[in-house]
Order: sequence, then C-alpha cells, then structure tokens
Amino acid sequence: MSRTEQQGRRVFLKKTATAAAVAIAPGVMLHALPAAAAPRVEAVSGKIRWGMLIDASKCADGCSDCVTACDKENGLDLVDMPAGAEEALWERQRPRWIRQVKLKDNLSGKITNLPMMCQHCEKPPCVDVCPTGASFRRADGIVMVDRHICIGCRYCMMACPYKARSFIHAEVAEKLTHTPRGKGCVESCNLCVHRLDNGESTTACQDACKHQAIVFGDLNDPESAVSRALKKYPSVQIRADLKLNTGIRYSNV
Amino acid sequence: MKKIHFSEWGIDSPRYWGMLAVLGSIVAIAGGAVYYMEHNGHWVTGMTNQVVWGIPHVFAIFLIVAASGALNIASIGTAFGKKAYKPLGRLSALLAITLLAGGLAVLVLDLGQPGRLLVAMTHYNFKSIFAWNIYLYTGFFAIVAVYIWFMMDRRMKAWYKPIGIFAFVWRLLLTTGTGSIFGFLVARQGYDAAILAPMFVIMSFAYGLAVYLLVLMFAFKADGRELGATLLKRLKNLLGVFVAAVLYFTLVYHLANLYGTENHAYEAFILKDGGIYTLLFWGGWVLVGGLIPLGIIYHPGLGNTRGGIVAAATLVILGGFATVYVIVIGGQAFPMAMFPGKTIIASGFFDGVNGQPMLYAPSLPEFLLGLGGVALVLLLTFIGIRMLRFLPATLSDEVADPHHAKP
Ligand code: SF4
Ligand code: SF4
Repeated sequence: MSRTEQQGRRVFLKKTATAAAVAIAPGVMLHALPAAAAPRVEAVSGKIRWGMLIDASKCADGCSDCVTACDKENGLDLVDMPAGAEEALWERQRPRWIRQVKLKDNLSGKITNLPMMCQHCEKPPCVDVCPTGASFRRADGIVMVDRHICIGCRYCMMACPYKARSFIHAEVAEKLTHTPRGKGCVESCNLCVHRLDNGESTTACQDACKHQAIVFGDLNDPESAVSRALKKYPSVQIRADLKLNTGIRYSNV
Repeated sequence: MKKIHFSEWGIDSPRYWGMLAVLGSIVAIAGGAVYYMEHNGHWVTGMTNQVVWGIPHVFAIFLIVAASGALNIASIGTAFGKKAYKPLGRLSALLAITLLAGGLAVLVLDLGQPGRLLVAMTHYNFKSIFAWNIYLYTGFFAIVAVYIWFMMDRRMKAWYKPIGIFAFVWRLLLTTGTGSIFGFLVARQGYDAAILAPMFVIMSFAYGLAVYLLVLMFAFKADGRELGATLLKRLKNLLGVFVAAVLYFTLVYHLANLYGTENHAYEAFILKDGGIYTLLFWGGWVLVGGLIPLGIIYHPGLGNTRGGIVAAATLVILGGFATVYVIVIGGQAFPMAMFPGKTIIASGFFDGVNGQPMLYAPSLPEFLLGLGGVALVLLLTFIGIRMLRFLPATLSDEVADPHHAKP
C-alpha cells in the first residue's frame, strides 16, 4: 500500500537526515531536524508552548490548501462516505480538523478569510467537561484526545466554543499509523503532534500555505518566528471574552 | 389513622403477561435499533458534528429529570411528614429507580463507544460535572433502594425518616447536576444561564408527578383498587402548582435573557423565528405542557374528573418532551457566536452561514431507542409492583386521609 510506503520513506528520510533541510525534489523541502533528535523518550515539557499566529489579511479568498494538506496529513481524506449514506447529511457528519471561514463585517462590509481549528486553549473547556479524562492538554499546550479512553459521549463537542471537534460517525477502513482513528470517538486538530514528536517543527497547514498566512512555533521562546510576529503585529483571540488563553491567535480579523 | 396494608398488583395473569410481552417487544425493537446504530456508526442517525446530541438525549434527559421528580411524593410523606402521602411513598421510590434506569440505559446506548462503559467507571476527571453525575446516579439507585427497604421493613422504622431526608437532598443534587450539564456550556448562548439548574429541579417536580399520577391511576384501575377523590384532588392540585412554577421559571429565564443584549439573537431564535423550535416552544412547552393542563386542572368541572386528570398529566409529559427538545436540540441548532459583529458568509464546516441554524432531522432508530427507554421504565415498574408490595390495598379517602371532611 502506497501510504505505508510513504510512511516508511519519511522515517527513512528522518534517519538519514542529519542537520540541514533535505531537498527531496525541486521545491519540496523537508525541514531541518536537530542532529540529536531522540524526542520520543523524553517527556513532553512545559518549557514549550506550541501556538500559531494566523494573518487573516494574507489568507486568500477561495484558497483551501491548508484544509487539503491537513486532510492528507491526518488521513481525513481516507474517511470514505459509507455506502448508502445520504451525501448532504454525510457532509455534516464527516470529520474536519481545519476549515475555511469567510466573514463579512456587519458595519463596513469588509470581507475576511481565515482558517479555524482547535484553538489549543490553555484552559480548555473540552478537557474540563470530559468525564473520563480522554480529552487532555499536554504540557506543551497541545490539546488532544486519547482515543483509547474516549467513550464517545460528545460532551466535549458541546463545550468547545469553536466547534473544533469531530465525531467519527462511521467505520474507517484505512488509517494512518500516526493518526489512529476509530468509529465512535471524538478528535480534533493536534497541531500535527506526530511531526513535533519526531523532532519536526512545522504543521502541515503551515507548510501548505503559499501565502504565509500561518506562522507556527513555540510561544514561550521569545526568539521564535511566532513570538516575534506576535510582538510586531496586533492580534486577537477568537472569543477572548471566554478567557481561555488560546494558543492560536489571529491578526487582521 | 387506620393501618395501611400493601399488596402485590393483582391483575390476572394473561393480562399481566400480555403487557409484559408488548413492552418487552418494544424494548427488543429498541435493542435492534441500538445494534443497527452502533454497528454502522452514528451516520445512520440524524446527528452530525453540529448537532451532536439528538433524540436519545431528549428521552434520556426527560426520564432522568422525571426520575428525581417521581421521588417527590415519597419525600413529601417522609421528609415533610405529610401523612396523606405516606402510603404513596413506595410506588414513588420505585418509579424513581425505574425512570432513572430507563434514562441511563438510553444515555449509555447512545455513546459512541458503549462498550467502554467500564472505562467511564474507572477513569474519572473530577472536574467534569458528567463524571460527578455518574456518582450521583449510582448513589441515587443505592439510596432509593435502601429507602424502599426501610419503608417495607418495619424493623427499620427508626431509620425511615433520616433516609427519606437523605434521599430528598440527594435527588435535589441529582437534578441540579443534570441541569448543570448544560449550565457548564458557557460557549452556547442557550445554556449560559444560571437559572437553568433550578429550572430543571422544578421541571422534575412537574414531570415526575405527571408520570406518577398516570402510573398510579392505571395500576389502581387495573386491579380494581380504590383511589379516593380527595387524594386525587390533592395530587392534581400539586401538579397544577408545579406546572405553574415551570411556566414562571420559563418566563424568568427568557426575561433574563432578553435583559442581556448578547442573548437577543438567541431569544429571537427561540421566541419568533426558529421554525420548529419556536413552534415547539410556544405550542409544546407553553401551551401543551403548561397552559392547557393548567386550564384543565383548575377547571371546576373537568379538573375533578379522572379523564381530565389523565389528560392533564399526559399533556404535561408531552409538553415536557417538547421542552427538553427545545433546550437540548434548539440550544445546539442556534449557531454559536464566534465572531461578534460579523456574519459568516461561507464555511467549510457548517458554521451557521448567514445565521442559519444547524439542521437536524431525527431518524427512526433514534426514536426507537428513546421509546425503548420508556418501555423499559414501564416494564420494570410493572414487574416491581407485581412481585413486591408497592401498592396500598386501598387509597380510599377514609384510609388515606383521616381528616378529610365528608362531603
Ligand atoms: S478549541 Fe475547542 S477542542 Fe480545542 S482546546 Fe479549545 S475547547 Fe478544546
Ligand atoms: S467524547 Fe470522548 S473526549 Fe469528548 S468528552 Fe466524551 S469521552 Fe471525552
């Protein structure tokens, strides 16, 4: 199966990659890996807080590259419509981690495009309500679901102010090893945690965005690109009134 | 006061077994529906990533809320020492248990992973009100079971009142807990209201009593026991008070929402342009579940007939379902205000484009699961009153209420 091959290839590349970025093909860059990348054995530390700044003014109308990239990276494109399902209904039931939203200002009529996904709240309501603790926040700020203890109660979906979560409504035949997925569980954007845990430092959506609308990195490191951008441009949290201290920030909304 | 005798339900066997067979088949059909939904996944239901709780939750929450309310009758007898209610206590406690069992069964069988119930029992997140509810529900079963035992066992008479009070406090906690499931969802405008938890308590009073009245009247009629008019009148007046209280809380809830500008859009949705939700609010919640039963109960003629009382209680239950539907589904259908001052004009994930509500069309299997829960409640109740002495041999006015004035 080609997908496993791809997986194997990535691991292989990772093993051979030493310091600098590796060019696989013209225009395709695999990002730099620290030479001593053995992160799987280390516990995730709170020294890092992963986050993003999304510049809505750069996000292009009609573009959905980040969505496509996320679907592919996390195997969402492998979730097929079950035979006999009604298409319109299925569209509302299929999982999505990131989505394009187009806004119009009620006063000025100004149009804004932006991607929405899990905002990786510092005080995540989804984690607060989850009865089993399947919804959890890692020390490095990533909020995700442990699919082994999720009972599929969907309370987290009720609690999330950003509608960021998806319930898996059908059996999934094919899945990626790094993104296990099971019928009856809830999931959402995990900031490509498998990449980060392998020592990479970008997300699929960020890589895919030709317009550089997404800057990703460590919010705790003042020198990171995202911290510098946050310092430079005014930014907001969506629904800042809820005081969730989101890891995803937006500018020019 | 005369000593009260209790006896097993004495309807003839063919009728009893016939009823069990009918109810059992409904439960079996619901079992089939559950298998179908769990085997395929939730895509065969009307639930989506936008409306994540559907009809099963409406049934489950109604039954759970009614369960704690059904215990009220027993509490009035024990905790508040009203003699006339004492003989009614056993059935009230039994119904509390069976209603809760039915509601929980529906809730659990609608989980994405019902097989992981054990996980829910062993992994707790103590911040989660849902996890607390697991304790509240299990505790409720245990306490009410002990309560029934003490009511039935004369040797335990000394403990009967303390456990009754304890059960009463627990039931208040339980309904508050159920109401809080919504109260904690601050992101959703329909639920972000402190009044929701007390409103659930008062709703439980009304629904629990309505169910109790119907079951009591049916059980007594079926084996020819006497049910005094004075007692019945008391119960129906009590129902009237509860129904009026629900309406009052409804009013306060919406007035409070109208007071806060940020909730105007939600209010407009429920009160005037929410389509089915507006219809169910005015037609179901207010009219069928409130004004009409009140009209019947306090009507000088109708209110004193058994038919009138049965009709009023039935309407309260139907209106109750509409109420829970508006709260559970309506609260989800209303798009969340993610971007104040802006309108979403396109979205890849159905974010309420142009303020449109989320769509939800309930499917048949979901309904069957809910109905199965109701059938389970009746099945367990009938088996209970047949096997053990839950029913007083008579509730004629002389027995039930020694002080009542002879007409
Ligand atoms: S955005 Fe939603 S899913 Fe993500 S952490 Fe916050 S509450 Fe949880
Ligand atoms: S659906 Fe899963 S992750 Fe969400 S609250 Fe329930 S158990 Fe937790």
